[in-house]
Amino acid sequence: MSATSEAGSVAAKTAPPEREWRPPSYWPFVVPALVVVLAVIVFPWVFTIWMSLNQWKVGSPTTFVGLANYLRLPNDPRFVEAVGHTVVYTALSVLLPLIFGTFAAVVFHANFPGRGFLRGVFIMPMMATPVAIALVWTMMFHPQLGVLNYLLSLVGLPAQLWVFHPATVIPSLVLVETWQWTPLVMLIVLGGLAAIPIEPYESAQIDGASFWQMFRYITLPLITPFLFIAAMIRMIDAVKSFDIIFAITQGGPGSASETINLYLYSVAFIYYDLGYGSAIAVVFFILIVLLAAVLLYLRQRTLWTEIGGGA
Amino acid sequence: MSFRPIIGKIGLWLAILVVVSPAILFFLWMASLSIKFEIDNASYPPVFIPERFAWKNYADVLASNRFLTYFLNSFLVTGTATLLAMLVGVPAGYGIARMAAHKSAVVILIARITPGLSYLIPLFLLFQWLGLLGTLWPQIIIHLVVTVPIVIWIMIGYFETTPLELEEAALIDGATRWQVFRHVALPIARPGLAVAFILAVIFSWNNFVFGIVLAGRETRTLPVAVYNMISFDQLSWGPLAAAALIVTFPVLLLTVFAQRQIVAGLTAGAVKGG
Repeated sequence: MSATSEAGSVAAKTAPPEREWRPPSYWPFVVPALVVVLAVIVFPWVFTIWMSLNQWKVGSPTTFVGLANYLRLPNDPRFVEAVGHTVVYTALSVLLPLIFGTFAAVVFHANFPGRGFLRGVFIMPMMATPVAIALVWTMMFHPQLGVLNYLLSLVGLPAQLWVFHPATVIPSLVLVETWQWTPLVMLIVLGGLAAIPIEPYESAQIDGASFWQMFRYITLPLITPFLFIAAMIRMIDAVKSFDIIFAITQGGPGSASETINLYLYSVAFIYYDLGYGSAIAVVFFILIVLLAAVLLYLRQRTLWTEIGGGA
Repeated sequence: MSFRPIIGKIGLWLAILVVVSPAILFFLWMASLSIKFEIDNASYPPVFIPERFAWKNYADVLASNRFLTYFLNSFLVTGTATLLAMLVGVPAGYGIARMAAHKSAVVILIARITPGLSYLIPLFLLFQWLGLLGTLWPQIIIHLVVTVPIVIWIMIGYFETTPLELEEAALIDGATRWQVFRHVALPIARPGLAVAFILAVIFSWNNFVFGIVLAGRETRTLPVAVYNMISFDQLSWGPLAAAALIVTFPVLLLTVFAQRQIVAGLTAGAVKGG
């Protein structure tokens, strides 16, 4: 990936200066998109920051209040609770797909007939319409009629209340999220596996290494950068997960599965407190960027320790 | 990684079975729910294949007078948002790739990171102020937040890998930039266009959060319409599952038949996302 883009940019840099006529630039190609991006992405951002500094409720006059909306946040128990739910939900929704996705990638890295078709089937959960999926999971979670409790009874486990009990609601939603997003991790790791040369495996086999040893000492270190990318993308998506939670529990029972994003929805579009909602949106965004930065930092550090260990 | 022949082969197929069965079983169960009468859906232990098929679940959904409206809404919102995104995004991807302006991709990364709801608050006010809320326009415009970054992102990747020599030869022959783009670069990038188009369509079709805020009774898209069915008839699972399957069926079909393009697009986007 980086090799091709480097080659591309080198070619782009060396070619033009040899010509004396400076051709018109490529700006006209970009301008229409720039207008759209300014209108639907940049403008909303600037406006959100401005709104977050105001008392802005639908139906009442707006007043500038400075940072008051932000100061409300730490004293808002529902927000603090939502942060906790988000952390738990995200941690589990990164970890589990990462484990299952890596396993699936190793399987799909093998050559077998029907591989392309089965890969298509495997990625169906993440492409399917989330609301439609959520609806069927809701039926499956049903304590009396749901198929999941029937499956549990087959293996002798007691029936669960799944999303209908505060203690099990987040793990149940994580189950859906994991089912849905494991394919994305698989695809990323599969890309990593494809880049590994065959020689290390050949020499390891001659030395009598087992399959697990080869995975642990050759495959895993070489796909670590891809695992970090997968973790980062998964983290960004899990943190702002909305459709599944909203359609299955709407943050309930009570507020047991209310994440920051769900709370943001309630504040902005049920209570119509747009100023406070904007403040939550800004803090939420900063939180996501910080988390992504931490992961990037960790990735950098592991790269260094690997180099250090090698020398 | 070669396995010891026969045991290895059995092990591999077992692993494949374990890996694909959650997806297969889920969608089979979804189909099963959608063709059962209420009695079969409420029976315990659950029935997988009923004795009588309730095709009327589908007939009811399709025949309900609003379904056609919602389908048309979804079609118009997704179609317009995708076409507009292709119209502005493909040239932009070309321009960014040729200018090697990789820094500009940061805007697209920010768009990827931002929760959809944060666009909704200011744009909701804007649409209200413009008096657009009863129409499909608010949804079409806000779906651009989804489609434009996907198209630009994927097209940058494609135009970076297409050969420059042909384009330079055409420029020397006196073609304008626009002619080079239209007659040289664009035809080569056709596979990329397909990838960008397919992914933009799917993500726009699936979008839910913009609809629940911006759609009125007459302007709901299919995901929003299905969600509203949940709250109103909690107990009739058959028609609900049928409606859910109808909504997501086009996407599933596209996923299986265009899996090569989808995989290419998603991994390009994902790997570059790092």
